[in-house]
Amino acid sequence: MTIDTLRLTAEEARGLVERGEVSSAELHAAYLGAIAERDGELNAYLRTVDEADGTSVPIALKDLISTRGVETTAASKILAGYVPVYDSTVAARCREAGLPVLGKTNMDEFAMGSSTENSAFGPTLNPWDPERVPGGSSGGSAAAVAAGLAPWALGSDTGGSVKQPASLCGIVGLRPTYGTVSRYGIVAFASSLDQIGPMTKTVRDNALLYRIIAGRDPSDTTTVELPEPVQIPEAEDLKDVRVGVPHELNEAHGIEPGVKEAVDRTIELCRELGAEVGETSLPRSVDYGLACYYLVAPAEASSNLARYDGVRYGLRVNGADVREMYEKTRDAGFGDEPKRRIMLGAYALSAGYYEAYYGQAQKVRTVIAQEHAAAFERFDVLVSPTSPTVAFKLGEKAENPLAMYLSDVLTIPSNMAGLPGLSIPCGLSDGLPVGFQLIGPQFSENLLFRAGHALERAIGFDHVPERLR
Amino acid sequence: MAITRDEVLHVARLARLELTDDEVERFTEQLSAILEAVAKVSELDLSDVEPTAHPLDVVNVWADDEPRPSLPVEKALANAPDREDGFFKVPPA
Repeated sequence: MTIDTLRLTAEEARGLVERGEVSSAELHAAYLGAIAERDGELNAYLRTVDEADGTSVPIALKDLISTRGVETTAASKILAGYVPVYDSTVAARCREAGLPVLGKTNMDEFAMGSSTENSAFGPTLNPWDPERVPGGSSGGSAAAVAAGLAPWALGSDTGGSVKQPASLCGIVGLRPTYGTVSRYGIVAFASSLDQIGPMTKTVRDNALLYRIIAGRDPSDTTTVELPEPVQIPEAEDLKDVRVGVPHELNEAHGIEPGVKEAVDRTIELCRELGAEVGETSLPRSVDYGLACYYLVAPAEASSNLARYDGVRYGLRVNGADVREMYEKTRDAGFGDEPKRRIMLGAYALSAGYYEAYYGQAQKVRTVIAQEHAAAFERFDVLVSPTSPTVAFKLGEKAENPLAMYLSDVLTIPSNMAGLPGLSIPCGLSDGLPVGFQLIGPQFSENLLFRAGHALERAIGFDHVPERLR
Repeated sequence: MAITRDEVLHVARLARLELTDDEVERFTEQLSAILEAVAKVSELDLSDVEPTAHPLDVVNVWADDEPRPSLPVEKALANAPDREDGFFKVPPA
């Protein structure tokens, strides 16, 4: 039988395997065929895995997820050639669920970026328009799902790295509640923020994948048990759901008119589906969130990336003594963005600046959490655009780090508070997908799936890029 | 400039990065712009606010101190750039 990888959802693929119409290995081969056909242009994968080692629907993994025996680089030269001797917990859970790995996807180096242009191995292109970026840092995973090169994928989200590329590629992305998915075996960036999240064609696929990866892991002491099992959404209405529209997230400077229109239409749709919709406010979270994030995340990164020293794994550039070896290795191995963030973090943590920068940012983080908690006293979910813009052109922001950072202005505030966020495609602006962000209280994934599914059904977005139909 | 060339060199030294002259120039300019933007956090008077280091309310996760199997030496050294007699080997300190 012919497998249309562009249209097939993971749930449909699972049905084909369960009914014995297609084997897991045949599915795996069909996706490798699609990759051979289309990924020369897109560069969504850094490498593929040829053996189909599973019994169910294949999956693509972002290249910061350690896979035993399969090179894992986080798209950095400093990890080129590194082959993990153990599986990350999420990779192990995928294996246990029978999901064979299709390959490792491209990303911004160490997950630092919003366009996948910071990969040491060349950018990934957007399947909707190859002159544009797929977003980032999980741009490879997003492009792979959008272009039918994987039925589903895992990404990671620190400041918006699942939600924003999902938005720019017209797919569904979940950043789960902090602590619900293990980071054991994940290349660390900013440990009080990093979360692994599912990237899929539909909300139901997303819930199915979240169910596989979520839950406490004794190897990651920051994880917790889910308060209730993951429910696969069925409902097609939003009755009894109170939807809050935070003024600052919906009127932020830089939101494109076409994005605003698509999001406003979707908010209207919430009403039509029976939700109670009202305005709310996050007065300081959006104004100060970006600054807070760009102190906290680099500070943690400067510590996490200290391990790349040329001693135990990865690149080594020799020097006369050990210190010279460290310095030469790190200068040769890291790209510009990791270097900027390491230095920014080291500066924010250094004597004389700690209180004014890092210490103050930690207090802003408290304010952000309190503002969200106050909004959730009146509302069940908060909604906004995921990204202020649709996919932008390659090179457009590459020379200006600050302009690139603004891509995450709407995803960062809830991330700082450890809240889950779901991005679903809600329409097109100038032929490019627009993402709709739904934010809930901690552990409200089931509600986000329910609301996302109802909206998805009502919107009827065609997730196949127009140029590939 | 929010950060001087000397400060960039100092921070690079703290972070064990040997920068080229081009990098020092580029990063001084870029880090200055970023620092000016993030300094916005100091506009707020937060003297009464407690800092947040971790978004979840979990503390002290205890585990029994039981020995478990760990990676064999061969595997632990599998990715080492240089090794000798079961150890990582580095240039003289």
